[in-house]
Amino acid sequence: MTTGLFLTQLLNGVQLGVLLFLLASGLTLVFGIMNFVNLTHGSLYMMGAYFAAAGYNAFDSSFLAAALVAIPGTMLLGFVVERLALATLYTRDHLDQVLATFGLILFFNEVVRAIWGPASVYMNVPQALSGTVSLFGLPYPAYRFAIITVGLLVGLALYLVIHRTRVGMLIRAGASNPQMVSALGVDIKGLNSLVFALGAGLAGLAGLMAGPIVSVQSGMGEPILILTLVVIVTGGIGSIRGAFYGALIVGIVDTIGRAFLPMLLREFLERSVAQAMGPAIASMLIYLLMAAVLALRPQGLFPVRHG
Amino acid sequence: MLRNFIRTAAAAAALATTALLAQAQAPAPIKIGFMAELSGPQGALGQDQYDAFMLVVERNGGRLGGVPVQVIREDSQLKPDVATQIVQKLIEKDNVSIITGITFSNVMMAVHKPITEKGVFLIGSNAGPAPIAGAQCSPFQFIVSWQNDNQAEVVGRYATDKGYKRVIGMAPNYQAGKDFVAGFKRMYKGEVIDEIYTPLNQPDFSAELAQVAAKNPDAIYVFYPGGLGVNFIRQYQQAGLLGKIPLLSSSTTDGSTLPAQQAAALGVISGTFWGPDFNNPANRQFVDEFEKKFNRIPSQYAAQSYDAAQLLDSAIAKVRGNMADKNAFRAALKAADFKSVRGNFRFNTNHFPIQDQHIFEVARDAKGRVSLKTIATPLKDHGDAYASLCKM
Repeated sequence: MTTGLFLTQLLNGVQLGVLLFLLASGLTLVFGIMNFVNLTHGSLYMMGAYFAAAGYNAFDSSFLAAALVAIPGTMLLGFVVERLALATLYTRDHLDQVLATFGLILFFNEVVRAIWGPASVYMNVPQALSGTVSLFGLPYPAYRFAIITVGLLVGLALYLVIHRTRVGMLIRAGASNPQMVSALGVDIKGLNSLVFALGAGLAGLAGLMAGPIVSVQSGMGEPILILTLVVIVTGGIGSIRGAFYGALIVGIVDTIGRAFLPMLLREFLERSVAQAMGPAIASMLIYLLMAAVLALRPQGLFPVRHG
Repeated sequence: MLRNFIRTAAAAAALATTALLAQAQAPAPIKIGFMAELSGPQGALGQDQYDAFMLVVERNGGRLGGVPVQVIREDSQLKPDVATQIVQKLIEKDNVSIITGITFSNVMMAVHKPITEKGVFLIGSNAGPAPIAGAQCSPFQFIVSWQNDNQAEVVGRYATDKGYKRVIGMAPNYQAGKDFVAGFKRMYKGEVIDEIYTPLNQPDFSAELAQVAAKNPDAIYVFYPGGLGVNFIRQYQQAGLLGKIPLLSSSTTDGSTLPAQQAAALGVISGTFWGPDFNNPANRQFVDEFEKKFNRIPSQYAAQSYDAAQLLDSAIAKVRGNMADKNAFRAALKAADFKSVRGNFRFNTNHFPIQDQHIFEVARDAKGRVSLKTIATPLKDHGDAYASLCKM
């Protein structure tokens, strides 16, 4: 186990974290400001990936076309879904919201199967990024490096918007105390739609970036949704800071755990036992982390600052 | 009143005569249940099985062995409980005498006993799990594909022949994944320096591939079927490992995944019993007809199901459509008197095939399409490791 390998795995963890951050930021804002459990977020990620693949294949393998189709397309879809299906649910019980958005998950899974068929759809990494860069003596895919860069830039942009603009101020206020914001005369419904569309756009961007690496298929949103929920619970609901650091922590813990835990176990246990236990425990690590956070600091590691 | 009576009697007589005449002229069609995975990402495999089976049936005008057959198509959705219910319906309601297809091993384990204990013939054209090749075998089963371990064993032998000293094994963390790595190790005489099992629903292999790159083995052996295989191959190529560490595989690059992998898979080695470039007359006819009708290169799953249909064609012809005499039909099946697309074919004592196993490399064919090219035949006349456990 060399430093080079450790640093490469750390980068892999950061890459996963950055992808999770794109999803978690939208989800945490919706949860925090509108007090709305939105399980459809995973489906928006899936639709972003499908739109990207469709744009890619329709416009002669152009990644730019894929991006231009995916991000506005998902924002529009998010806006439409919010207006049509979700606007009536804001005042309802959380369980009703879970039921409705779960139904939407099933709906979207069938819609993509009806339009694109049950087999997976594929898009390729853009030509310019299809090589590798040599990091710490080991080859690292250039495209994944690009994902990290894009994610960090988006994080920076979000920080600037949230902390340096008027809209961002309204969003932070809405996360702290939505009733007061509404009482002060701000159009809370418009703000909600804006936040939802922004979250949908970020989910679409995540789908676009993930499309070339994983297979785009019906049901790809659910595993990522579960991870995203773990991230926002660990980081703190409603907090963009929490989404950022929480996503990085979850991404790094998961990747390093998967990479090194089996090796570590082999030092103490017999080989076949370590081989059986290693992958099992590694996949449980982030949930154990979430359970520990909930037990010790239930509001999350980086909660929204009230007052 | 008398006129009424005569009219009714005449009508009844006419009806009775037509019924008797109809029965005497048309032989009852043999009902065959076809059950496979026909939906979801794995639907591509079941669809190939179905298309190839029906290719034979329709070529013979809806008949097998000269007798009309009715093929009832069912989707098991990769759910063993759904599959068991379908089998019950096929046997009790539809009165099938043969069930064929069965794509996945977990479904096979669920339906094997419900089918065979009712005296219905099970002509499996894909899954070949070890228990039914061994202690749980049944005289009513005939598997025309392979025993699951075979496809790993041939790659293990090839790795030994090539002189690879240090190999890493990688597969998803479920029964089939572990079976394939175990099958590889059975015939590989070098050192497996690490076995990496990834969660079944994990689509991103960046962490594991970084480890592989760091360990720098002589070769890597993987088993990643379906969508997982597409992801793995593409990420292997993106990580820059494709030309550097030889990639040996089973069920990862086949007719169902190559259309998505395309150039990213060129040079990957795999092992199985059949390739589309085999040069015997039966195979050339199969590949030509399949490509013309369905506009795609047939996968091995299609080849397996095509042979299942040919086997039934020969057996039904031998018993002249008389499905009532099960012992005679079993003997006719066991004789395997048909021209298999793979060349040599005969049944072992446990009704699994004894056949040659080959090594293939992903390369472009004469038409420039990405396909499989035969490069070696390490195992000739190879049975399976479990036949001795079968007391039939």
